[in-house]
Amino acid sequence: MTTDTRQQKQFLTFQLAGEAYGVDILKVQEIRGWEPVRVIPNTPYFVKGVLNLRGAVVPIVDLRERFGLESAEYSQKTVVIVLSVKHSAGQFVIGVVADAVSDVLDIDLDDIKKTPNFGTQIDTRYMQGMHVYKQSMIMLLDVDKLLNSDEVESIDGLF
Amino acid sequence: MSIDMSQFHQVFFEECFEGLEAMESGLLTLDVGDVDSEVINTIFRAAHSIKGGSGTFGFTVVAEYTHIMETLLDEMRDGRRQVTQPAVNVLLGSVDCLREMLTSIQNEQDINEVSVAQHKTALEAVLNGVVSEVVVPVPAPKISNEAPKVQTAAAEVVAQEEDASEQGWKISFCPYLDLLKTGNDPVRLFRELNELGELTAIVNAQDVPKFYELDPEECNLSWDLKLVGNVSSDEIKEIFSWVEGDCELEIQPLAKPKVIKPAPVVDAVQVDVEIDEPIQVTVAEPENIPKPALDTKKDTEAESSKTAVKASSSIRVDTEKIDALINMVGEVVITQSMLGLVGENFTMDKVGQLKRGLAQLERHTRDLQQSVMNIRMMPISFVFSRFPRLVHDISSKLNKKITLKLVGENTEVDKAVVELINDPLVHLIRNSLDHGIEMPDDRIAAGKPETGTIELKAYHRGGHIVIEIIDDGRGLNKDKLLAKALEKGLIDENIQLTEKQIYELIFMPGFSTAEQLTDISGRGVGMDVVRRNIQSLGGNIEIISELGKGTTIAIHLPLTLAILDGQSVAVGDEIYIVPLVSIVESINITEKMLNKVAGKGETFRLRGEYLPIIRMRGIFNVQSINKPKSTEGVIVVVEGQGALCGFLVDELLGQQQVVIKSLEANYRRVEGVSGATILGDGSVALILDVPGLVRLSVR
Repeated sequence: MTTDTRQQKQFLTFQLAGEAYGVDILKVQEIRGWEPVRVIPNTPYFVKGVLNLRGAVVPIVDLRERFGLESAEYSQKTVVIVLSVKHSAGQFVIGVVADAVSDVLDIDLDDIKKTPNFGTQIDTRYMQGMHVYKQSMIMLLDVDKLLNSDEVESIDGLF
Repeated sequence: MSIDMSQFHQVFFEECFEGLEAMESGLLTLDVGDVDSEVINTIFRAAHSIKGGSGTFGFTVVAEYTHIMETLLDEMRDGRRQVTQPAVNVLLGSVDCLREMLTSIQNEQDINEVSVAQHKTALEAVLNGVVSEVVVPVPAPKISNEAPKVQTAAAEVVAQEEDASEQGWKISFCPYLDLLKTGNDPVRLFRELNELGELTAIVNAQDVPKFYELDPEECNLSWDLKLVGNVSSDEIKEIFSWVEGDCELEIQPLAKPKVIKPAPVVDAVQVDVEIDEPIQVTVAEPENIPKPALDTKKDTEAESSKTAVKASSSIRVDTEKIDALINMVGEVVITQSMLGLVGENFTMDKVGQLKRGLAQLERHTRDLQQSVMNIRMMPISFVFSRFPRLVHDISSKLNKKITLKLVGENTEVDKAVVELINDPLVHLIRNSLDHGIEMPDDRIAAGKPETGTIELKAYHRGGHIVIEIIDDGRGLNKDKLLAKALEKGLIDENIQLTEKQIYELIFMPGFSTAEQLTDISGRGVGMDVVRRNIQSLGGNIEIISELGKGTTIAIHLPLTLAILDGQSVAVGDEIYIVPLVSIVESINITEKMLNKVAGKGETFRLRGEYLPIIRMRGIFNVQSINKPKSTEGVIVVVEGQGALCGFLVDELLGQQQVVIKSLEANYRRVEGVSGATILGDGSVALILDVPGLVRLSVR
């Protein structure tokens, strides 16, 4: 992903429990307000349910819960960022719930720092890297891995 | 001046393939002893129109070739020539050859001249009366190298290959993920390669995913092979012929030009082009028709990979269906303008008119929808028509005498089902041929007619299409199945299984009772995949068998995969759709009417029968804020997996047709849910997978 020859990449940043996160803007399909979803039985807790997106049934993941942050009430500001991700089985569309969207940033690829190794305590697999912007850290997410990790798979294992 | 002919090519090819199919089925029904002139006429006409068409479009190679066939058929037609089995076999081979030529042209690739030349010689030999020698076409490598020497261009390629082959070959073999599912095992391939020469295999394992993501049925490995020895590329290709279309294959000679005249680069390129694209391989391969046995495999392989390529192309629709559709659209337009008129200056006294208009619109939309669905319906004969050839080829290979009976070929079924049902059916029929039907001697000893019968039957029942494969072979041996399952540790010794459950064992992964593994079946990969494929189509499969008398395998499939009639039910705040076809009845009950069994499982007494109850609230873990009176509810009695069962829901909402949306498209399979749909208010509702839920509740 970072082997791109272009020097700059645009990232959409958003807020999650006071922290800034970023995703590759080319992965973003649209941003919409929160609306109630249909619950899917027996799925991981962070999959809130599915939504009708112009005829396609799209799963919605709560990023706060996905990252183990305390969950918040959904409000008028709550947004759903619809992402197009590559899963091992192909192209998927998912929505992620975030507190608010902030900005689109041009980030030099050289300015992306490798995610520090936190040891085993913190899961950094879905991190693409970090970027310092105006003295604050932005965590850049590798969206392809959000719905692709062991937690989802291990649910399959339960059956 | 000139008209652009290429726009008609697609139609031409479709017609040709249809013609070829007609020729093939005609040749297969041709009874050598007692020739029906009408059948010969049909074959002749098909050949003739292919010849005419290809001449018009400037495919002279095809035209010339067909001309020889035509001459032969013409003589047969006039009774100047006897119809002999060898001649029929050569004609069948020619049909294959023609099909390959046409596919090559269609894909804008070069025609495999070696193979064409061979077939031509065989045909001409028959024509000149040299029947007996050439006809049972000659063992592979020799002739395929000798025949083309007459053909200058082709001979050179072969000669080059010959030179290089003295050194050995470098083979890069990169199977697709689903290689294993087609029943192929790379290890077996390597073992065969090793018999040809000294084999060195280097495995590339970098694509193997993490353990959690690992699917044991996917082949994530690829290999670089080095084969040293005096081997011809044909021999290597023959070994890989089973997997072409399922892998990327590149065969290159180990670079060491011994002979100077043909530059080795050219050589490599030549071979490369041939192998690189799976499509062309299928085209290039069956060139060595020689052994009819091998031909079988190649043919079906070629067949299946071709359908894979063609899958999403075009469908032919009956004009009647189109007319009905246009008619419906007209009605809808009229209704729409009528409604528009009502709406223009609307007063309350026009409400009745409005309602009538809306009712009409609803009816028309439903009809329209039905007409559109009708267009997608194709007769199942699209699938069935391939099987006579398959049975013909395999039975002659196995030295068995088998007739195939097709019943209900005109049963219509959704295009998607037609496309997906082919592979499972091929597998099941191969199984019947190989394991089901006994050798002629055994049959006579068992007091059965020498010729076995396989009946392939399709019919509609309820909202389903049923496809049955009935053979009068040896049947399944329950004791043997049990013993095998115990030996493989698939079941526990102490468990008592019903007859049905014992038959179900053959669907377990890794189960095969064949004493001897054959090319055709018995590798124990397969039946489980067959069942999974059918279940993924929303169908199920069951076996009825009687030892010594035969086996019936019945496949139940939904008619369409796009729309279903559903009953919406409420559970807490959630709305689920239950497919109407699986609902038997619905009953209002109160809590007291349920009986607890052993303090856990709940049952309901329905007309003397005890019905197991599944609480939707419990199994889907539904939480709702406004708890309804828990003492009342509705039992929806459903039939799943052959047994009745009751779903306890809060309320029945209404019946409607729902459009099925896939959950897997963006998410993954959810246990107990077969899909999702969009309700009138734009929200999503989940469609229940009744058999899946029954299974889920048993665990």
